[in-house]
Amino acid sequence: MASIKLRAKEKDGEVTLKALVSHPMETGARKDSKTGELVPAHFIQEVICKAKDQTVLTAYWSGGVSKNPYLSFKFTGAAKGDTVELSWVDNKGEKDSASATID
Amino acid sequence: MSADTKRRLFLKGSLAAGTVGVAVGAGLLTPQTVLGAWSEAAFTAKEVPAALNALLGSDTTEHSDGIEIKAPDIAENGAVVPVTVSTSMEGVESIALIADKNPVPLVASYDLGAGALPFVSTRIKMGKTGDVVAVVKAGGKLYSNRKGVKVTIGGCGG
Repeated sequence: MASIKLRAKEKDGEVTLKALVSHPMETGARKDSKTGELVPAHFIQEVICKAKDQTVLTAYWSGGVSKNPYLSFKFTGAAKGDTVELSWVDNKGEKDSASATID
Repeated sequence: MSADTKRRLFLKGSLAAGTVGVAVGAGLLTPQTVLGAWSEAAFTAKEVPAALNALLGSDTTEHSDGIEIKAPDIAENGAVVPVTVSTSMEGVESIALIADKNPVPLVASYDLGAGALPFVSTRIKMGKTGDVVAVVKAGGKLYSNRKGVKVTIGGCGG
């Protein structure tokens, strides 16, 4: 399941990471327009970003993050060619991860 | 020194010594505030202070213009509101994002690890017109800033 698009770019010693994850991010409060039933909560709870096997950012999310979440952040201490890895876990225990090379 | 500050120092000291259990045992910290996991209490809290208490152990924040929140003045679609938080502060440990009028106000919390710069960008849902609040934890203290966003179509369903 390739749910993650990951890009990392280094410029002047700063790495900017951008990630786009395919995920419904259901809050559990939305009603299905056809059935009127509540759509069960289904959202990413934890995102871990690592560079060179060191955790640089851990994100904790609620269902308040938009569908198909976008995340961008910056860090230092890595160079072009180093590997970044992003992984997520949702409230149903589903998970995915992806890695990319810093450009 | 007031009793309250003493207590804070005591808390800090006990945390630093790694005896978090002491603070938890004293009932001053809920188990959720012991870092490192998704906090159910914080992410289901219906009120901002309760969410902050559960997430960061305090709801007392100091206003800071040093926190920059980039968000649209008017969001036509509340389901997708781009928000960027950055600050020039030193020693930032975490950044929390709150949409104060959402049914569950705490949207996201970011723990910054080694090398991470105090800059995060995400797209959030906003149920109705309200403030986006950024709470930055730096040097053990909490700072916040807010920005109003007018929402024309709500993004929390229902």
